[in-house]
Amino acid sequence: MERVPITVTVNGRRISAVVEPRMTLADFLREELGLTGTKLGCEHGVCGSCTVLWDGAAVRSCLVLAAQADGATITTIEGLATDGTLHPVQEAFWEAHALQCGFCTPGMVLTAVALLAENPNPSEEEIREALSGNLCRCTGYQNIVRAVQLAARHERADT
Amino acid sequence: MKPPAFAYERPQSLHEALEILAREGAEARPLAGGQSLIPMLALRLARPTLLVDLGEIAGLDELSLDDGTLVAGAMVRQRRLERDPLVAHHLPLLAAATRLVGHPAIRNRGTLGGSLAHADPSAEYPAVALALEAELVIRGPGGERSVPAREFFLGPFTTALADGELLTAVRFPLPSAATGWGIAEVARRHGDFALAGAVTLVERAADGTCARAAIALFGVATRPVRATAAEQALVGQPLTAETFHEAAVRATEAIDEPLSDVHGSAVYRKQIVPVVVRRALEAAAQRVQAT
Repeated sequence: MERVPITVTVNGRRISAVVEPRMTLADFLREELGLTGTKLGCEHGVCGSCTVLWDGAAVRSCLVLAAQADGATITTIEGLATDGTLHPVQEAFWEAHALQCGFCTPGMVLTAVALLAENPNPSEEEIREALSGNLCRCTGYQNIVRAVQLAARHERADT
Repeated sequence: MKPPAFAYERPQSLHEALEILAREGAEARPLAGGQSLIPMLALRLARPTLLVDLGEIAGLDELSLDDGTLVAGAMVRQRRLERDPLVAHHLPLLAAATRLVGHPAIRNRGTLGGSLAHADPSAEYPAVALALEAELVIRGPGGERSVPAREFFLGPFTTALADGELLTAVRFPLPSAATGWGIAEVARRHGDFALAGAVTLVERAADGTCARAAIALFGVATRPVRATAAEQALVGQPLTAETFHEAAVRATEAIDEPLSDVHGSAVYRKQIVPVVVRRALEAAAQRVQAT
């Protein structure tokens, strides 16, 4: 199949590549760019593990073709920390023990970052609704919700 | 869990897209938001030879008001319908229904037209279109045609769209000021497909009775259906809990081929239909403005 030229900005880096049409954005990030922080769980849009930010909005990278991402700005979990300092949501996940095996964590963190960007003071119900598309098989939801609440408090205190 | 190989084209105009579809025939599939099509590719339930990405065609993502009708382009993202002030003001039912579609990450990519053309019997938008008696605007090699929602949904994942045709816009007639709306569904989690759902419109007459009612069911039959017996049971009646209860019970008469799967048996789905219909009717009655 004829390959497709794309240019995407990933974690602030502008990247030009030529991709096979059937390559998903998730596989492009993992296989071509080596950004394996983006996890692939179900690969059909159920588990939310592969969530990344696309122009700031949460999307499932297994449900987008790399070819469609031409011109997009993508943030993966690797792009959140700055100069070795964790993002406030990452810090809160650490503090609130919001991860066990860690597989769902990148998707959870990026979903929470997108939520807090548009709703800095979400209710518990709003947090649960926002995270409802992300599965944690360690069943760590209680602490994940607490971590998002903690991150929201910290981010509000900082501004 | 990887899609099979296919070719990919990203036309810049509707004309170009239609030309590609005409050239490639039935093996080509239009790609809108991809939130249903890409999982089908990954599961290899669909094996198109070519995907025609509609993402860069100008004019397909417009929202406007036209003489009492909300016109929504097929490529309007669901997230926008959830938040757009025009939709919130003139057709809040569409915004409310959107919040029940998948999860935010799905709605950020998913489109109105993609969901309608995909025609999942458990999806919200087809029932909204059916309740509002929306018109679906279709472009094909022979020009433009308009199909009423009741003639568009033919069965599970089957619509009146012919090969080579594209759904370009939806025309939603705005309900009268004396009309209230409701939507209710039962799903395992917020964002999951509905095991049963209902969209209702209730128009109140000057004497306080029901002048007109529309009830569209989703998640229970092979396609969205209007519960006409229930609608008729409402007309001329006072908008009371008793009336709603009686109408809700009659809603199951509309289901000739009930859905049944691992998520919910036919018996269970039929049992909860009156519940969602009653809830949606009560919500509609609360929103009716006194005339």
